[in-house]
Amino acid sequence: MSSQAPVEPATQDPSVAASAPTTGRLKRYWHLYGLAALFTLALILLWEVIVRGFDVPEYLFPAPSQVAVALRDDWSTILAPAMWVSLREVVIGFAIAAVAGVGLAIVLHMFGPLRRAVYPLLIGSQTIPIVVLAPILVIVLGYGIMPKLVIVALICFFPIVVNGLDGLRSVDDDFIHMMKTLDANRWAIFKRIEFPGALPSIFSGMRIAATFAAIGAVFGEWAGASAGLGYVMLQATPNLQTARIFAAIVILTLIALALFALVSLLERIFVPWAARGDAM
Amino acid sequence: MSPLGQGAIQGAATAPNPEESVGISVRSVRRTFGEVVALDGVTFEIERHSRIGIVGPSGGGKSTLLQLVAGLLEPDAGVVNVEGATDAKDRLARCAMMPQRDLLLPWRTALDNAIIAMQNRGIPRVEARATTRPFFEHFGLAEFEDVRPAQLSGGMRQRVSFLRTLMADKDVLLLDEPFGALDSITRAQMQEWLLRALGDVPRTVLLVTHDVEEALLLSATVVVLSARPGRVIKVLEANPETTGKSRREIVTSPEFVALKEQALEAIG
Repeated sequence: MSSQAPVEPATQDPSVAASAPTTGRLKRYWHLYGLAALFTLALILLWEVIVRGFDVPEYLFPAPSQVAVALRDDWSTILAPAMWVSLREVVIGFAIAAVAGVGLAIVLHMFGPLRRAVYPLLIGSQTIPIVVLAPILVIVLGYGIMPKLVIVALICFFPIVVNGLDGLRSVDDDFIHMMKTLDANRWAIFKRIEFPGALPSIFSGMRIAATFAAIGAVFGEWAGASAGLGYVMLQATPNLQTARIFAAIVILTLIALALFALVSLLERIFVPWAARGDAM
Repeated sequence: MSPLGQGAIQGAATAPNPEESVGISVRSVRRTFGEVVALDGVTFEIERHSRIGIVGPSGGGKSTLLQLVAGLLEPDAGVVNVEGATDAKDRLARCAMMPQRDLLLPWRTALDNAIIAMQNRGIPRVEARATTRPFFEHFGLAEFEDVRPAQLSGGMRQRVSFLRTLMADKDVLLLDEPFGALDSITRAQMQEWLLRALGDVPRTVLLVTHDVEEALLLSATVVVLSARPGRVIKVLEANPETTGKSRREIVTSPEFVALKEQALEAIG
C-alpha cells in the first residue's frame, strides 16, 4: 500500500544519489542472472505448451502447471516434512565431507610419502558406483540417517580433496624460496602461503560437491528409508503420481542451489581477494 | 636520525661474527641441472657491507647463482661463503631475498605483507605491525598500510616488497631483478629510491639484473656473466660517486658511460 509513497519524493530528493547504487546492483543482477532466468522461463513455457498441445497424460509427463499444483497440494502433508529430512542429510553430509576432505588434503600434502601411497587408492575408490555401495551401507548401518550421511559425504568428499590438494600444491616455488629466506619453517609456509593460496581451489571443490550432495541423499534414501524426498519419489512411482515426483525434484534442485549459493557466499567472505564476478 | 638507523633494522646490521670481513665469497663454483651446466668456475668476492651486481644474458645462471648464495641450493663443486657461513642452512640464516616479481600476498594488506618475516620469527602480529608501521612513511607508503597489494602501483608494490625483505633483519640482501616488472620511468625512479634507501642501511647486497646501467648505478662491483654455462667474463669496479647527485647526473657522467660501454662490450 505505501510502497509507492517513497518512490515519488525520491526523484526530486537529494537521496536520488543514494538510490543510484541500488539501480546499479539491479543492473548487475540482471546482467548476471537475467538471461538465465529468461531462458528457464522460456523452457518451462515450451514444456507447458508441448505437454498441453500433444495432450500428454499427467502420469507420463506432467506439465509445469500440474507440478505446481502437486507442490501446493502435497506441500504441508508430504513434501515439506520430506524436505526437512533430506535437507538435514544433505547439509550434515556435506559438512562432514568438507571437514574431512580439507583435513585429508592437508595431511596428504604435508606428508609426501603418505600422499603417494593414498592418492591412487583415492582415485580408484571413485570408480566404485555409489548406487552399488548404498544398499551395503544400509545393511551395515541400518535404516536411520547414518547411511545417508555416509553416502552424501562419500560423494562430496572426492572433489573437495582433489581440488584442495591441487590448490595446496600449486603454490609457486618462488614464494617458497622467498619464505625460506624470510625464516619460515614448514608450518609457517603452510599457514601463511599454501593454505590461504589454496582457499580458492578448496571453495571450487566445495561448489562442485554442493551440486552432488542432493543426489547422494536420494541414493541413500532409495537404498532404504522411511522418509525424505527420495523416499517420496519411490512411493509415488508405483502409484503413477508423476507430478509429485517432479515436485520432489524441484525441491531437491532448490536444495542443491541453496547449498551452492551458501558456499559461494562463504567464499566471498573468506576469500575476498579472489572475488569472482559470477557468484553462481 | 632516520628510522632506518634505529630499532630492529639497526639490530640487523650486527653480524654473527664481527671479525668477519668477507661479505660474499664464491670460489670456483659449478652447478649443473642434469645435462645443463648452469654455472662453471664462477669466482668473485666482496667485502661485508658492500654491493655487488651480477649482469648477464637471460638463462645465464644468474638466478641459480642467487639461490646458491642464499643457501637454497648447494654447488656441485666449489665453495660459497656468506659472512663466514659455508653450510647451506647457515647461509640461509644470513640472507633475505627480494624476489623477481614482487610476490606480495594478495590476502594480506601492505603492512601485513611487510611483517611476514617478523611473524615467521615468532614476533606477535601487533608488535610486528607497530615496529614496521613507521617505515611506511619513510618509504613513501604512508596511508597505504591497510591497502591490499592489488590497489598499489607497481612502484609501491616493489617498495613494500623491499621493506618486507628489510624487516627480515638479515645482514645480506639478495635482490633478484627487483625492478624487472616496472616500466622504464618507474624503474628509474625506483633505482634512485633504492640507492638512497641502501645508503641508509649498511648491508651486504647482491643484485641480479639484466640491466647493465642498473647494476653499475647500484653496486660497487659489477660481475658480467656469460651465456650458459655461466662464467665470469668481466669484473668492473664501478663504485660511482653517488652522494648528493641525482641518478641522471650519475648515469650521464663520462666515467659511468665508459664503464657501461666496457660492460656492454663484454656481454657482446
